[in-house]
Amino acid sequence: MNPAPSIVFFTTASGAGYGLLFWLGLLRPLRMAPHAPEFGLLALAVALVLIVAGLASSLLHLGRPERAWRALSQWRSSWLSREGVAAIATFVPAGLFGLGLLTGWDGLAVPAGLLAALGAAATVWCTGMIYASLKPIRQWHHPLVAPGYMVFAGFSGAALLAALGALAGRATVPALLAIGLGLAALVLKRRYWAAIDAKPPRGTPTIESATGLGRIGRTRPLDPPHTEQNWLLREMGFRIARKHRDRLRGLALGGFGGAALLALLALPLGGPLAALLLAAGALLALGGLLVERWLMFAEATHTVTLFYTGEA
Amino acid sequence: MTELPPPSAKKLGLVIDLDTCVGCQACATNCKEWNAGGHAAPLPDFQPYSAGAEGVWFNRVHSYEAGEGEAGRTVHFPRSCLHCETPDCVTVCPTGASYKRAEDGIVLVNAEACIGCGLCAWACAYGARELDEDAGVMKKCTLCVDRITNETIPAPQRQPACVIACPVSARHFGDLGDPESDVSKLVAARGGYDLMPEMGYRPVNKYLPPRERPAPNPNPPAEAQPSAAEIRNPLLRWLDRALSR
Repeated sequence: MNPAPSIVFFTTASGAGYGLLFWLGLLRPLRMAPHAPEFGLLALAVALVLIVAGLASSLLHLGRPERAWRALSQWRSSWLSREGVAAIATFVPAGLFGLGLLTGWDGLAVPAGLLAALGAAATVWCTGMIYASLKPIRQWHHPLVAPGYMVFAGFSGAALLAALGALAGRATVPALLAIGLGLAALVLKRRYWAAIDAKPPRGTPTIESATGLGRIGRTRPLDPPHTEQNWLLREMGFRIARKHRDRLRGLALGGFGGAALLALLALPLGGPLAALLLAAGALLALGGLLVERWLMFAEATHTVTLFYTGEA
Repeated sequence: MTELPPPSAKKLGLVIDLDTCVGCQACATNCKEWNAGGHAAPLPDFQPYSAGAEGVWFNRVHSYEAGEGEAGRTVHFPRSCLHCETPDCVTVCPTGASYKRAEDGIVLVNAEACIGCGLCAWACAYGARELDEDAGVMKKCTLCVDRITNETIPAPQRQPACVIACPVSARHFGDLGDPESDVSKLVAARGGYDLMPEMGYRPVNKYLPPRERPAPNPNPPAEAQPSAAEIRNPLLRWLDRALSR
């Protein structure tokens, strides 16, 4: 599948923003993140900037961005529509959360923050399900895909909250979360790659089942229907060289592991040095996730290529 | 609404005979011709007169080799929307632009409501949807809805453009929901099948497999060997005698 930069950036940035919003809304009432309203406002602003930038980027992917509002109507059947509804709905408690912080009224800030955390989790789950529900793309139609989106958003959000918290002198819990989720991301991605690299299970579509010519015997393409490209092949026939794939996988895992390691180093330290390490860790986490997200597209294959090349 | 309608009794679709298809591309060409001006118009082409020409087509004719040696066959294979009974291309649409007609099961795109997100094309296993990058909306086979229901053209013309164009009658159009229809009988008689049934989309269009090649006759007729007396032409009679010596 074509790794369109607009979508790679969207899912990574919004995922990190929703992750940050989630942990801020959840940890602040538990006193596991800095409680000062100024800190809350700063973290909320960072989360919202990431979310809005991501959503704006997703509009660039549309053929008719001016009609994007129509995408809110089909939440009964479409995960993309549900994602849109959840994303917009989350702005309401997030805004009230900000109002509560601004006025210093915890009676509003705490419940609104918790609701915003719930909305953030729901939105990221919908994003994951958009991909996980697509049957023709076996690398996406996999049980680890939607949980993966949750783990990656939680990981990058915790890394960001740790970096911001270190500025306010309280980063222990977010840093611990970043370490745990970084390792979880590492394990999950390795398992996922092992699963998609393995021989496809029986019942996976083949050129024989796609054409029905398996009844005659082994089938292979003879003449293509067109000698030039078309949108289908540009969109769904994207291929990545194995040597690049291996190196990029290493980079993504290095980002996850590096962020966890820096957070671990920062734990016993304090002050500006910890802040510096955690900021570098957050950047590593986001960098690793950009590579991971690009690969998620580049490595995915679509059944339409069976008709063209005999392989998917 | 992109929720699927309840199953309709009428299931309009195509039956494609892979035994007779000669891969001439007439169906694809007439499809392009009709639909460039019909319901789904325009169907854009980019750089049509230079290298890198490409455009939106609803029908693409592949050719395959299947089987080995003497049993091997060359099969021409037209690929277009199968107007599935339970297609994900409809349910994933976030705007309601992609829909399945309740009355006859035709799957269509409302170009006025489409945002061009491309998700329906990702959800289609068969590559039946192509993005019109000029208009920014998704395009697909309409089963020539603007021909088959068009009362201003003569009744025999009320068939999809691809069916009309086929010079070997490899394409048939009809109601596959009616077991007594000609197309349903054809499917039953020839063992028509679904493409990629494991996807669970339940295509309405059916493909007829290439016929079995007749087995070679175990007792081939002996070659005729006329006797010299049966040759009337004297010159040939002399030649036969001379060569038989």
